[in-house]
Amino acid sequence: MEHQGLNLMDQALGFHSNVTQQPWPLCGRFVLVEDCVDTSGAFVLHHILKHSFTSRPSSAVIFLAFAHPINHYDRVLRKLGCNLSSQRDNGRFFFLDMLMLQCPVEGKPKHDGLATVFEKIERAISELHPENKKFVTVVIDDISCLEVAANGSSNDVLDFLHYCYTLTSENGYALVALNHQDIYSDGERPAFMLEIEYLADILVKVDPLATGLAKDVHGQVMVLNKETQKQQGISSIKVQNFHFKIKENNIEYFYAGTRT
Amino acid sequence: MATTRTRVSSFSHNVSSLKSSQHPGLKNGPNGTTFVSSGISDLDKILGGGFSLGSLVMIMEDAEAPHHMLLLRNFMSQGLLHRQPLLYASPSKDPRAFLGTLPSPGSSKDDTSHKPSHEKDLRIAWQYKKYFGEPQLNINTNNGGHHDYCNDLDLRKPLERHFFTSNNVDCVSIQNSPNLDALKDRCAEFLAQFSRNEGSISSAGRIAIQSFCSPQCKYSDMEWHMLSFIRSLKGMARSSNVVVVVTFPPSLLSPSCSKRLQHMADTLLSVRAIPDEDKELAKLLTGYQDMVGLLNVHKVARLNTQVPVILDATTFSIKLQKRRFLVFECLNQAPVDGSGGSSYGNSGVCSTSTKAGPLDF
Repeated sequence: MEHQGLNLMDQALGFHSNVTQQPWPLCGRFVLVEDCVDTSGAFVLHHILKHSFTSRPSSAVIFLAFAHPINHYDRVLRKLGCNLSSQRDNGRFFFLDMLMLQCPVEGKPKHDGLATVFEKIERAISELHPENKKFVTVVIDDISCLEVAANGSSNDVLDFLHYCYTLTSENGYALVALNHQDIYSDGERPAFMLEIEYLADILVKVDPLATGLAKDVHGQVMVLNKETQKQQGISSIKVQNFHFKIKENNIEYFYAGTRT
Repeated sequence: MATTRTRVSSFSHNVSSLKSSQHPGLKNGPNGTTFVSSGISDLDKILGGGFSLGSLVMIMEDAEAPHHMLLLRNFMSQGLLHRQPLLYASPSKDPRAFLGTLPSPGSSKDDTSHKPSHEKDLRIAWQYKKYFGEPQLNINTNNGGHHDYCNDLDLRKPLERHFFTSNNVDCVSIQNSPNLDALKDRCAEFLAQFSRNEGSISSAGRIAIQSFCSPQCKYSDMEWHMLSFIRSLKGMARSSNVVVVVTFPPSLLSPSCSKRLQHMADTLLSVRAIPDEDKELAKLLTGYQDMVGLLNVHKVARLNTQVPVILDATTFSIKLQKRRFLVFECLNQAPVDGSGGSSYGNSGVCSTSTKAGPLDF
């Protein structure tokens, strides 16, 4: 059962499935990453981003950045061994800088808010080289900033995510989004969170260790993979728990207690 | 061998000349970031060098004590001493009056911080271990011109007027403005001076916003408006050579709004007052009498990297040394078993007798 070069996260996300047979394990699926103030889950996005570029010669990523400017991601990914600038020049990486996006409050029709963002995604996909269209990943970093940009209208955000979900699942693209779970934990608006979690095919929860911060273990991950076994028509849920340690050029994943 | 040596030396020479050509208030950090000093040398050390340019620092206030003002005053004063332009916004009627309370560099407090080095030969109890680390750290920072970078600011000595009468200080009162658009425009105008371009950084700026979303402000019930202001401020700051420090009272916000602000912060600190006569706590912590409050470091900025900064300790005591200098120290928890701990402590400090006297903590 030893998969060479695959770590626990790859296995949990389903990257271990027969590589030549299936195109891209995340095709048509929605990966939701949830984190909290103490432990950031951004590294999961970086992981998926790197994997999508390195595992396939023809794949494309459309990145909606609400949290950081491009030079942040560029530096982080470069240390992981993936050059975003050259991928952008190759037409495989579309960076949509949403850092300053602010939807108009009232008065104006809502059309120039998130609808334009969605149009941008559609346009980016249509501009892709047909060869690269097979394995497209849409990444949203992160949903809570998207909510702020939409002036707190969670219905608009949910509509937007539904549109993205439909777009990706119909065409066999992957959708990856980051959200902060502790914002919703006080029970003010749990419906928003539940609805996104319901949509998600793979849920990655990143938490700090219950025992506090540690230098060797940066936190724990729970990957909930709602695998649908199409031949039997039943869906099963696979849950995996493990710990991780983030390094500049690599992220180590290991089971609890296996690191001395 | 000789050639490599010359190469090495010429390389290091280049680096040092690069550093010296820089502004004294700036320091190179990891991952292509640049630090400015927070005005408190201990906080600089805790954060690994200071506040990164382009980052948003948020300080969660204690509703009952003004400890966040101590941090803010040092931050602002250090900037003015480095001739870095400052934008200060506060909910008071006359924000400019606050500049009169800024601290000024005082005579050095080094005599106390270097004192413990002679104890090296002794066997020191675990709780005094922190004194060992410190002298080495001091040497490190001295290499980079410690006193140029961060001054020891004396909180009882007001800053000389000529530092802030010049036109590089901009003060805004946010008390009577119906919304944050005006402040946003001022910030955008200020940030435009420092927009980042390729090459060396010539100057840096500082923005200090005190008691953001306090109830005096008319917009304090418009949470989404405030969140989008902070978000756009962060977005603008990211592309400019400016550090933004915002203090806010989390207890006055809804929990979800406060969490959102915490997520947006690159560096997140919180201050807490400690009650005067808390017998339980006094028993637990050494040096309780000198403490004025506690500082919590929740998050340290990680621009351009995915690796989190894990600190040895996240809670520090805030002390006023000689009632003038702000220092942060690791908490020293007294051992739970009182008698055993006291003999340890005594042998470490005075090394006179192993017989324990009465506890002093």
